[in-house]
Amino acid sequence: MSGPALEVKGLDVRYGGVQAVRGLSLTVAPGEIVGLIGANGAGKSSTLHAIMGVAPVTGGEIALGGRSLRGRSPEHIARSGVALVPEGRRIFAELTVEENLRLGLAGRRGRGGAAALFESVFELFPMVKQFRRRHAGALSGGQQQQLAIARALVAEPDVLLLDEPSLGLAPTVVDVVFEALAAIRERGLAVLLVEQRAQRTVAAADRSHVLANGELRLTLGPEDADDTEKLVGAYFS
Amino acid sequence: MLAVWNIDWQTLVDAVAQGAIYALMAVGIGLVFGVLRLVNFAYGQLVMAGAFALALASQWGWPNWAGILLCFAAVLALSLLEDRLVFRPLRGHSPAVMLVATFAVAFLLQSVALLWFGPLGKIASSLAYLNRPVTVSGVDIRKITIVAIVAVAICLVLLFVLLERTTIGLHMRAASMDFETARMLGVRADRVITFAVVVSGLLAAVVAVMLTVQTPLVTPDFALRDTIVVLAGVVVGGMNRPIPATLGGFAIGFADGLLGGALPTNQSQYLPSFLFAAVILVLLVRPRGLFTFGKTVERV
Repeated sequence: MSGPALEVKGLDVRYGGVQAVRGLSLTVAPGEIVGLIGANGAGKSSTLHAIMGVAPVTGGEIALGGRSLRGRSPEHIARSGVALVPEGRRIFAELTVEENLRLGLAGRRGRGGAAALFESVFELFPMVKQFRRRHAGALSGGQQQQLAIARALVAEPDVLLLDEPSLGLAPTVVDVVFEALAAIRERGLAVLLVEQRAQRTVAAADRSHVLANGELRLTLGPEDADDTEKLVGAYFS
Repeated sequence: MLAVWNIDWQTLVDAVAQGAIYALMAVGIGLVFGVLRLVNFAYGQLVMAGAFALALASQWGWPNWAGILLCFAAVLALSLLEDRLVFRPLRGHSPAVMLVATFAVAFLLQSVALLWFGPLGKIASSLAYLNRPVTVSGVDIRKITIVAIVAVAICLVLLFVLLERTTIGLHMRAASMDFETARMLGVRADRVITFAVVVSGLLAAVVAVMLTVQTPLVTPDFALRDTIVVLAGVVVGGMNRPIPATLGGFAIGFADGLLGGALPTNQSQYLPSFLFAAVILVLLVRPRGLFTFGKTVERV
């Protein structure tokens, strides 16, 4: 395997007087899922926002395939090969499902072949194809989440960032999302997954970093998923 | 009913034309507001600049097509300058800062026009023949009224096609709904904003041509009253989406034209009072806007 697709070194994020992330370092290689777990306010989402260029980075380095992303605009970062599935999905409710997908093409580096790309995401999420003429706002929460992931995938990113993709979803839909993540890993993408569902994330990811107060406290492997004591201890460390 | 209000068919058609022109101004203001969340108070001065370009072309004896081309070039050049020198550098600042900046641009352009052309202004007479009437079913209608309604209809259809059928239109719609998410998907902020400014400028040039025919005397405060009325209309309609903003612009232009025709000549000075009283009433009843349904956005 070649080097990491995404490399974060000594990342500091500060909102005014509040230090959200302190000296965080992590890497994600192609075909890997790396989890970021921790309590609310631990700095998980801030890390993703910093990578996407929408949070104030005050220190450290973020690199994609060895090229620095620090200080770049969100659209430049998206067009470099990083796609974010934001918390709360943030789909465009007044646009159709297909128009939401077409927006995802804005982050593509190449041109042409959009139809084949759409078909490849329809394989993962048949629902998106079924409802492509509907307004996205008319979809259920789970369907919107699938659309948000599909929209990110049509950009053909090297790195996929997911911010709490299972938030507010029914357990059956959570299963669909995690199955899709496994399939996405098979396609060779580097996935950085922020989640509240610690056990599920630790089980699905190649490794999971536990954040507290913006700092990396512990790294867990899939073998730790059933160790409840260790998981609880990690949260309250 | 029309007779009761002292409104004849000619007044009604003129009111539709005025509503159409104001609708176009409202779209121009709404497009920039959509992507920047900013009301461009200098919009009227862009129209004024286009009108002066037409007046100069008329003075130099240029053919009409050349005058119209000069008008479009002047308005587009100023729009792009405004984008480069004001909107782009200040984009990251608070909406209040940008708002004050557009006030500054408006006063600057007006002052430049005052210095160059004087307070008495210039006459743009080459298209004045469009004020001659044609008789349709016994009703005298000025040619410019028909031209304005047709031109606005064509502009709105083209704009609809642009927004609904093209990639840049899709990006503009997405940006007006949630710019941050659009940018995180790869939508280029500078490109979308520049495009909105250019389209908005093109519409201002169309408005300049039509208003200049209706009012050939071009002074530094040309289109100022129209812009203030349209801004009220945009707020009344709902400025967070193009269609409510357009309907608001049309509604206030139509009401302005109708009231102007209905009021006796010796009471016409009360027209703005009636108009803005109606605006206040509408906003008290529907603060989100007359044609807006759903959640509101910050207004500046």
